[in-house]
Amino acid sequence: MLHLVLFLVFGAICVAGAINLLAQTHPISSALSLVVVMASLAVEYLLLGAEFVAVVQVIVYAGAVMVLFVFVIMLLNAGEEERTKGSRVAMILGVPGVLAGGLLVAWALLKRSETGSVALGSLPGYPKTIGNLLFHDFLLPFELTSILVLIAIMGAVVLASRPEAQTPPPGKES
Amino acid sequence: MLSLPVFLIASLIKTVLVLVILLTAVAYTVWLERKVVGHMQNRWGPTRVGPFGLLQPLADGAKFLLKEDLTPPHVYKPLFIAAPMIAVVCALSSIAVVPFGTSLPIFGYNIPMQITDVNTGLLVILGITSVGVYGVALAGWSSNSKYSLLGGLRASAQMVSYEICLGLSLVGVLIVSGSFSLSEIVKAQGGHFWGFLPKWNILYGGQFVAFFIYLMAAYAETNRIPFDLPEAETELVAGYHTEYSAMKFAMFFMAEYANMITVACLATLLFLGGWHGPVFGPALLQALLPTFWFVAKVFVFLFIYIWVRGTLPRFRYDQLMAFGWKFLFPLAIANLVVTALIVAYRA
Repeated sequence: MLHLVLFLVFGAICVAGAINLLAQTHPISSALSLVVVMASLAVEYLLLGAEFVAVVQVIVYAGAVMVLFVFVIMLLNAGEEERTKGSRVAMILGVPGVLAGGLLVAWALLKRSETGSVALGSLPGYPKTIGNLLFHDFLLPFELTSILVLIAIMGAVVLASRPEAQTPPPGKES
Repeated sequence: MLSLPVFLIASLIKTVLVLVILLTAVAYTVWLERKVVGHMQNRWGPTRVGPFGLLQPLADGAKFLLKEDLTPPHVYKPLFIAAPMIAVVCALSSIAVVPFGTSLPIFGYNIPMQITDVNTGLLVILGITSVGVYGVALAGWSSNSKYSLLGGLRASAQMVSYEICLGLSLVGVLIVSGSFSLSEIVKAQGGHFWGFLPKWNILYGGQFVAFFIYLMAAYAETNRIPFDLPEAETELVAGYHTEYSAMKFAMFFMAEYANMITVACLATLLFLGGWHGPVFGPALLQALLPTFWFVAKVFVFLFIYIWVRGTLPRFRYDQLMAFGWKFLFPLAIANLVVTALIVAYRA
């Protein structure tokens, strides 16, 4: 009972954080709302019984990825965004459209897919189980994903680094 | 297993007790640091307030409370107020999963000397400390001043970089002991080998390289000399807490020292055998001695912290980053590979 109440409360916080993320004009406030979303998602995982995933969610997303986001925003000293009016069509059609789409996906997942619903606290959350799944049952997809991530990192390095030849020699203004 | 009311009362008492002890320890670590560094520099340190200056932390606390709490007009107020809170809450709450000893028999109940024993205790500590970066980063940003911003940027870059080395140095210990639970890791370090040497991870597990990496990364994580670039007073005034005054400044100060104590506790649990040590005497003494050994090891670690502060000069910022990424990081990976190979060979 307590678990269900907590689950609903943190679900509400998660959604509120996501809406606040869109509504805020300042990049730092948006980034911090995203931290709230990540943290409440971690609590949801914890309530479902997946301790390990919950803690990793906090360490990786709230602790590393979002810190880098905040770091970049601080470094670039990004100012407030200008508020545009937005088109009325988007407001009239978009919001109900998103709601309908979300409901459709939820309905399809509940009714049409093979996976059933999960009771609170019943997910196998032990690190050993997850380790076995990752490094035994799903070894190939796991290694392929790591290569994908490596390619992404190398791409980022290539994009960020400037070729030596193109920098103007010292003393000459370009 | 305890019944629910007993569990609630025991947890409440333990939480209050641990918080009071931690805050006292924070205050007296500051006193110890001033005293020890003073003697290292041929001074006396605090002597006026109480015998040996022992009441100095109380006087300092009263001063912080009575000073004017100044909020500069150019700051971004919500985050300026929230930042010290985030820092201090994260610093104080990570102590919740630290086991201080075995269990204490009181009124027929066997109470474990730990607020809560989580399966993934080590990861919980890492998670909470990784969120603690926000306190420093947001303090630097929301102060809206150049020194604070530079300090905040330096701190967050440094903490994110060294967190990787810190995590990798701990993975070796995890491989050796095969558990995330802190009490399990300590239990695996009981006993002796070769007749007299204790089976601590730093000796028996062969994790002395990992201990060195952990030590370096921990100094950087807690922003202490020789890695205290975020608050380097010769170039940045006071770094991220330049604009803070009174109790808000004291909260950053408390967070820094509480983090030091957490780091020392973690080192004791993971590398130095936790509460293991010679146990003898009557039943009550036998129950209390493990906690004494734990506290003694934490004290030694804290003393080394202060010793290093009194000895080493400050690094330059590019040296700090190069040391972290080009030396510690490859070393941590090499240690991890070697440990994994040895454990696989033994098994």
